Amino acid sequence: MTKKVLIVDDEANIVISLEFLMQQAGYQVEIARNGEDALTVVNEFKPDLVLLDVMMPKVNGFDVCQKIRDNAELEDTKIIMLTAKGRDVEVAKGMALGANSYVIKPFSTKQLVLEVQRVLEES
Amino acid sequence: MMLQGGIILFVSFAYIGILFAIAHYSDKRADAGRSVISNPYIYSLSLAVYCTAWTFYGSVGHAASTGIGFLPIYLGPTLMAALWYLVMRKIIRISKLHHITSIADFISSRYGKSSSLAGLVTIIAVVGIIPYISLQLEAVSTSFAVMWEHSEIAATVPRNNMTIFSDTAFYVALLLAMFAIIFGTRHLDTTERHEGLVAAIGFESIVKLLAFLVVGFYITYGIFNGFGDIFTRASQVPELQTLFTMENAGTYTDWTWLMFLSMMAIMFLPRQFQMTVVENVNEKHLDKAIWMLPLYLLLINIFVLPIALGGRLLFPSGVVDADTFVLTIPISQGQEELALLVFLGGLSAATGMVIVATVSLSTMVSNELIMPALLHFGPLRLSKSRDLGGVLLTIRRSTIIIVLLLGYVYFRATGTSYTLVSIGLISFAAVAQFAPSIFGGIYWKTGNHLGAITGLSAGFVMWTYTLFLPSLAESGYLSPSFIASGPFGIELLKPYALLGLSGLNPITHSLFWSMLVNVGGYMILSLVGRQTIIEHSQAAQFVDIYKQAEDNDIRLWRSTSSVPVIRSILEQFLSPARVDEALNQYAQKRNLDWSKDDVADTELINYAERLLAGSVGSASARVLIASAVKEEPVSMDEMMYMLDETSKVIAYSRELEQKSRELELATSELRAANEQLKQVDRLKDDFISTVTHELRTPLTSIRAFSEILYDNPDLDSAQRSKFMNIILKENERLTRLINNVLDLSKIESGKMEWHLTTLDLKEVIEESVATVEQLIKEENITLDLDLSEPTSLTVSDRDRITQVLLNLLSNAIKFCDRENGKITVRLGEVDEQLSVSVLDNGPGIKLENQELIFDKFRQVGDTLTDKPQGTGLGLPICRQIITHFGGDLWVESRPGNGSKFIFTLPVVAPNEDGSDNEPDYTPPIFANGQTQKEQG
Repeated sequence: MTKKVLIVDDEANIVISLEFLMQQAGYQVEIARNGEDALTVVNEFKPDLVLLDVMMPKVNGFDVCQKIRDNAELEDTKIIMLTAKGRDVEVAKGMALGANSYVIKPFSTKQLVLEVQRVLEES
Repeated sequence: MMLQGGIILFVSFAYIGILFAIAHYSDKRADAGRSVISNPYIYSLSLAVYCTAWTFYGSVGHAASTGIGFLPIYLGPTLMAALWYLVMRKIIRISKLHHITSIADFISSRYGKSSSLAGLVTIIAVVGIIPYISLQLEAVSTSFAVMWEHSEIAATVPRNNMTIFSDTAFYVALLLAMFAIIFGTRHLDTTERHEGLVAAIGFESIVKLLAFLVVGFYITYGIFNGFGDIFTRASQVPELQTLFTMENAGTYTDWTWLMFLSMMAIMFLPRQFQMTVVENVNEKHLDKAIWMLPLYLLLINIFVLPIALGGRLLFPSGVVDADTFVLTIPISQGQEELALLVFLGGLSAATGMVIVATVSLSTMVSNELIMPALLHFGPLRLSKSRDLGGVLLTIRRSTIIIVLLLGYVYFRATGTSYTLVSIGLISFAAVAQFAPSIFGGIYWKTGNHLGAITGLSAGFVMWTYTLFLPSLAESGYLSPSFIASGPFGIELLKPYALLGLSGLNPITHSLFWSMLVNVGGYMILSLVGRQTIIEHSQAAQFVDIYKQAEDNDIRLWRSTSSVPVIRSILEQFLSPARVDEALNQYAQKRNLDWSKDDVADTELINYAERLLAGSVGSASARVLIASAVKEEPVSMDEMMYMLDETSKVIAYSRELEQKSRELELATSELRAANEQLKQVDRLKDDFISTVTHELRTPLTSIRAFSEILYDNPDLDSAQRSKFMNIILKENERLTRLINNVLDLSKIESGKMEWHLTTLDLKEVIEESVATVEQLIKEENITLDLDLSEPTSLTVSDRDRITQVLLNLLSNAIKFCDRENGKITVRLGEVDEQLSVSVLDNGPGIKLENQELIFDKFRQVGDTLTDKPQGTGLGLPICRQIITHFGGDLWVESRPGNGSKFIFTLPVVAPNEDGSDNEPDYTPPIFANGQTQKEQG
């Protein structure tokens, strides 16, 4: 069964690149351009994994992460945070909020895809 | 059978030889650090220098005619000694601290180290002591005569008929002068203390006491059968009966005054001051002296009455001078050896007094009169004479001789018209004049120089008039009518009954008047006059001597000198070894090293002054040090100024409070500024972190697509070009961001290069619009350009203004309504201000965000679904640029009704901005517009 990946980022071009990479890797992809959208989409789409940008205006990545984890229905949803280098506090916070892993921007496409695979295979 | 003159002379010289040996030995011991005199007994004995020939011969004479009338002179000191713990201890303490050399030095030092006062005291002391010296001369020469010939002659030969060279007294004077010189001025090192002298005087006190006790014992128990026998036999003689009553002993008034007089004398006679204060080794010795001196006085007086009465019984005719009873009684009994012992006792009493008195007087004369005069009037400038010590000794020796000769002259002048006792009292009355200035000086801080000078002068003049001159008159040197009917026959001015005050004996009368004017003058002028600062300081140091430690000495020298200079001055008066010792002591106390540290500071200069004061007196020391220190001592005017300054302290403190308030204000301002700085710092941190984030975003896209393109060579061409396009766009974004950051930092740090030209804004707007025209068309936006109003020129940087316009235009395009976008650009001019507005029909900006958008990275994109593609630096940069050219940039907007960005620029008057702005360049439309405007 094809795994579903939700991409959440406010940077259009980054979304395009992530969409391409995920589709190429054979996942079913859905996109949210901001935190609010993400919370709606995640409930309908029920993704296996969320690629979640941290720095978004209004509802940021941490809020989205927390909401997902608060939702029992989304218990099995994996979360990979997309964060900036050197922001160890962000990483720690994301992991504490229940993210499964993180990837630092700018990312290596291969590593990103591998990390997505790895997290999806966990369980 | 009489003793031969040769034997008497031989014994005399042998005795002096012994004294000299004692003095020499004591000095050697002192040099070796094992002082002989450093014990209270020798000290007490040395104080018995009070008992002179007056006591030795005169007391008996006095008692023979007045009974116990001789006693007040010894009761006074006994009473005074009881008070010494209060008075003398204080004087000694003060004198040690200030290196006082004499009573003149003491008084002058207290009243501001005044040379004039020191000189006055010295003159009073010398003149006052001359009768006293003459008394000793008379006593010794009489005793010589008695020993030499026989008693009758000594009493009857009129001295006026003799030539000087046949007068024993003259040779006695020379002899005593020689002794005094030998004892008092042996050392080249003229320090204030004379250990050998003290030891010799102590020895003399033993000799005279012993001699007197022996002769007294002999007369009382050898000739008579004890006190009871003498008194019983005397009481049977009618003429002698009065001696057992107070009838001839003087009135109570006289007793009171005599006791007061001797109380002063035991302290202020120059020789007593010398022995008690100057030669004091240890303040504690005074404790013993307080009872030992009275004891000594008691012992030496025990046999006075028996001898007097015995003499009167043995020589009822009255031809024998009662003053010579102690000699004539043993001689009449054939006890020549005993007479010789008595003679030695008398000699020791006289020499003791003469030596100490002349030593102290010569110290005063040289230190307080001659040295200051020499130093002031030039012939003795420091540089010219190295051997000042030698000069000093010569001065002192001459002074001793002169004083003794003056004593001799007085002795010749007054002849035998006086008894020994009354001559002595004249001297007592003179030194009593010091009492007000000294007591006031150590207990009354207000006492001042003027008061002291006035009191002393007035008292001295009064003494001279009522005692000294009459004493000469009685001897025939002045007309006897001077006493009998006053000068020029003015009765009120009779010296023994001034202003009609009669019925007192001359001493009491003189003392009453002199003390009245002395104390009165001293107190009134002290109360009226002002103290100089140096007096004020000295007064405080004297009166509060127990309260202060040595080092809160007020600094009276403000400049510095070098140690070698100070050393060379000291070495002119003190031996190099002594100077070394003193300086090393000083250095050790303060951990200084002279080899490294040769700046003589104020403290050292003061120390040197005190050291020197011990040798030459404080007034001279001051002058000497003044010549060595580069600057003059702080002048009195300056001192007063300083005093005034201190009185301004209150004003200053008020000012200080004001200052501290200002300081508090400044501090809080600083704190605020610091907060602001911290804020700025935080902003800077935020800025940097924002910039890095903004840089990371395009970098992330660029990297991702680069890898995708690289990893997927078989992508279809549409997708490939799309991805390539993204990379380019993100690249542009990155470049733009970097440029913006650089612009901003250049503007903010003032390093931006501005290229000024005269601008027609209309042209600039048209150009900018043309640049974005394509984009506007693509977005289906309607552009309304209103540039019809004629406008003035401005001076600005064309590129920067274009940058501002493009920024505003692209913002407008970005936020325009998606469907029916409309942008209106308008140029106008109001009140010398050009204004450009760019209006869009986008969502508008909330009021609270209208300023925020001009902050760095504060994009307010929340009303949009998509994040605006800006750097967040555009508007901040625009505002910086416009502000730089003296204009304003702001936004007017209501949510839902679009945003209108407006900026203004000042019109530049023709010619105002130099070469770029040529009047000819002014387009006609400009002139017309102006005219129309003015007309309308």
